[in-house]
Amino acid sequence: MSALKIEQGTSKHSAYDLRSNYADVNERHTLAVVVENEPGVLARVVGLFSGRGYNIESLTVAEIDHQGHRSRITIVTSGTPQIIEQIKAQLGRIVVVHDVHDLTVEGPSVERELALFKVTGEGEKRVEALRLADIFRANVVDSTLKSFTFEITGTPEKIDAFADLMRPLGLQEVARTGVAALARGPL
Amino acid sequence: MTAMTGAKMVVQALKDQGVEVVFGYPGGAVLPIYDEIFQQNEIRHILVRHEQAAVHAAEGYARSTGRPGVVLVTSGPGATNAVTGLTDALMDSIPIVVLTGQVPTFMIGTDAFQEADTVGITRPCTKHNWLVSDTDSLSDVLHQAFHVARSGRPGPVLVDIPKDVQFASGSYVAPQAAKTSHYQPRRKGDPDRIAELVAAIEAAERPIFYTGGGVINSGPAASQLLRELVDATGIPVTSTLMGLGAYPGSGPNWLGMLGMHGLYEANLAMHDCDLMINIGARFDDRITGRIQDFSPNSRKAHIDIDPSSINKVIRVDIPIVGDVAHVLEDVLRVWKSRGRRTERDALAKWRARIDEWRRVDCLAFRQEGPTIKPQYAVARLEALTKGRDRYICTEVGQHQMWAAQYIRFEEPNRWMTSGGLGTMGYGFPSSIGVQMAHPDALVINVAGEASWLMNMQELGTATQYRLPVKQFILNNERLGMVRQWQQLLHGERYSHSWSESLPDFVKLAEAFGAKGIQCKDPADLDDAIMEMIKHDGPVVFDCLVEKHENCFPMIPSGEPHNKMILGDASTSDAIGAKGAVLV
Ligand SMILES: Cc1ncc(C[n+]2csc(CCOP(=O)(O)OP(=O)(O)O)c2C)c(N)n1
Ligand SMILES: [Mg+2]
Repeated sequence: MSALKIEQGTSKHSAYDLRSNYADVNERHTLAVVVENEPGVLARVVGLFSGRGYNIESLTVAEIDHQGHRSRITIVTSGTPQIIEQIKAQLGRIVVVHDVHDLTVEGPSVERELALFKVTGEGEKRVEALRLADIFRANVVDSTLKSFTFEITGTPEKIDAFADLMRPLGLQEVARTGVAALARGPL
Repeated sequence: MTAMTGAKMVVQALKDQGVEVVFGYPGGAVLPIYDEIFQQNEIRHILVRHEQAAVHAAEGYARSTGRPGVVLVTSGPGATNAVTGLTDALMDSIPIVVLTGQVPTFMIGTDAFQEADTVGITRPCTKHNWLVSDTDSLSDVLHQAFHVARSGRPGPVLVDIPKDVQFASGSYVAPQAAKTSHYQPRRKGDPDRIAELVAAIEAAERPIFYTGGGVINSGPAASQLLRELVDATGIPVTSTLMGLGAYPGSGPNWLGMLGMHGLYEANLAMHDCDLMINIGARFDDRITGRIQDFSPNSRKAHIDIDPSSINKVIRVDIPIVGDVAHVLEDVLRVWKSRGRRTERDALAKWRARIDEWRRVDCLAFRQEGPTIKPQYAVARLEALTKGRDRYICTEVGQHQMWAAQYIRFEEPNRWMTSGGLGTMGYGFPSSIGVQMAHPDALVINVAGEASWLMNMQELGTATQYRLPVKQFILNNERLGMVRQWQQLLHGERYSHSWSESLPDFVKLAEAFGAKGIQCKDPADLDDAIMEMIKHDGPVVFDCLVEKHENCFPMIPSGEPHNKMILGDASTSDAIGAKGAVLV
C-alpha cells in the first residue's frame, strides 16, 4: 500500500488528536453548582471530572436548603477557555443539576476558605507564631504548652501565605475546607 | 393513587407508558416482577439469551420506532451484562429504559449473593439512573425514567429496584402526576442566531449541510423539514453514519455519507465549503480527521439540543441550542419570509465542482473472477431489496461501512448501526428488536462473521419467537477491519486478525431450527438472496467473500479530509490529474 505514506509509530496518526485552535492558556475558575441533594449526586459530579480528565483544585459541598433538598457544590477548576466551557456544559447536562454559575466570569465574587493549622514550638518561635496569627486574624481554637491550633478564614492565597509563614515555626498539620464562594451584591 | 406492590407497579407503569414489549432475562432479584408479567397479557416479554442482547434488541426497537425500548434483567451479572448495551445507547443517544433487580435494601453493602453496585457501575454509561429505596417512590421514578430517556438528547436510563421494594406495597401515581418539571431541556432555538444562520445561507457560495443522528432522534418532522430546506435551497447535504435516511439517498442534493469511510465528494465538499451547517451531528473524530485541518475556510453553524456538543471539538461561529425540528421550522420560515434567497450562480458553480468529484466514482469496484466481492454482495442485496418495507442493521467492521456506502436509505429509522461505540455483536439482537416492532417488514442484519458470533446465541430467540430476521454474513474469515489497519498501518503483520475454527454456519442455523444458506459463487448470489428473502423465518446467510478486500475510500486517522485514499478501481484510471494531487 504505497499510496499511504504513513510513518509508523508517529503520534500524529492518532485518531484522537483533539487539539484545536483555541487559546491554550489555563485559567482558574470557581463554579457554583446547585444540585438536588440525592444519593450519588456528588459521585456524578466528581465522576464527570475524572471521567473526562478535568481538574479539581478544590471542592466543597453541603446541603444549603434542607426543605428543598438542594446542595451547593463549589468547585475550583482550571483549564483552557474551551475546557471550562465544556465543564460547565457537561455539568449542566446532569439531570439532577439545577444551576451552574461561573463566579469567575459572572461579575465580582467573594471567595473564602477555612483552614486549621497545628503548630508546635517553644520559646521565640511560639511567640512569633502567635504574633503572626494575630496579624492574619487567625483564632487560637486549641492550645497546649507545646502547641497551638489556629483557625483562619480567607482567600486561598491568604491561607497559602499563612502556611508559608508557619512552616519554619513548627507547622505540623493542616486541614483546609476548600473554597466557598458567592457573587457580590444583591441577587 | 392506588395501593399495589412494587412488582405490580412496574408492570402498571410500563402499561401506562405505552410499552408493548420488554426484552429481558429473569433471575432471583426480579422474580416478583416476572410473576406479575406472567399474570397479564398486555405487555409481551421476549426472552433473550444474554442480557447484552436484551439491551441491543431494545435499541433496535427504539431506533426503528422512535419510542423507548425497555429491558428487564436481574441483579449482579444480569446488570453487568447490560453495561455494553447501555454504553452503546449513551454514545448513540438511543432512548432505552433498563430495569434491574437488586438485592433487598437491608442486604445492600454486605456483598450479598448477586449483589453489584449497579447504579455505581452504570452511572457513567447512563443518562441518569436511580436506586429506588422505597415502594412509595417507585412509580414516580419509573415515569421520570421514561421522561428523561426521551426528553432532550435521548439516552439510556436505569432503575435499580431492590427485591423488598418489589414485594412491599405502596401507592401508585399515574404518569401525569409524576415529577418531571425539573428536567425540561430547551427546544426552541435563539431567534437571533437563527436569523444569523439564515443570513449566512443567503450569502454562502459553497454551503453544505452536515447532518447526524440528531435529525433522526428529533422525529419524523425533522427529516421532513430537512428535506424541504435542502431541496428549497439546493444546498448539498451529507450525513454521518448515524444520520443516514434523514435525507433520501435518491434525493437530488444527496452527497452520500462523509467521514473516515465516507464518499470522496462528501469529504471534499466538507473540506472546501465556505459555510458548514451541522444539524444534529457532533464533530466525531471519525468525521473530522485532523482537527487543525478540518474544513479550514468555512464558517460553521451547529444546531444541537445538547449544549455540551457545541464547541466541544470544533469551535463554531453560529451555535444554536435547540431541537432540530423546532429550529429547522424556524430557519425555513425566516428564510422564506426574507424572500428565499441564495447565491444561485455561486451555488451552481459549487454543485458543478462537486459533480466533478462525483465523477471519480469512489465506490467503483470490479466484480471479476470466481469469488464474491463484499461490495458486490451488498450492492446486490440493495438492488434486490430496495423498494421493500426494509430495515437494515449491521454489526461492526468493514461490512458495516460497505452497508453504509452501498445501501440507499430513503426514510429515517430504517438503519440501525452501532456508531459511537462500535459494538461488535450489536446487529443481530438489534434486528430482533426491529422485527418485534415491525413484524411484517424485511429486517436484514448485514454482518461480519466475527461480530455475528459475539451474539449468535440469539438464534434461539429468533426461532422461539418466529422472527424472520435475515442474517446476511459477509464471511471473509477475517476480523476484516482490524486486518485492514494492520495491512495499512502495522507493516502487514496480521496479529490475531484471523477468524479461525469458524462454525459451519448452515449447520449452526439448522441446529437452532433456522434456515442456513451458503453462497460462494457470484453467479448464484442473486438466487440465494431471493431464497433468503422468500423464506418465512430466520435465515443465516453465509456469504463467502474475498478475504483481503479493503474498505475505501478511507481517510487515515489523523489526516485531513483531502488526504483520502481511494480504492484500487478508482485510483488506477478514474482520477484525473487534479484529483490525484489530493489522494
Ligand atoms: C466488542 C468489540 N471488540 C472489538 C472490536 C474491534 N473491532 C472492530 S472491527 C473488528 C473486526 C470485525 O470483524 P467482522 O465482524 O468479521 O467484520 P469485517 O470487518 O470482517 O467485515 C474488530 C475486532 C469492536 N469493534 N467491538
Ligand atoms: Mg469478517
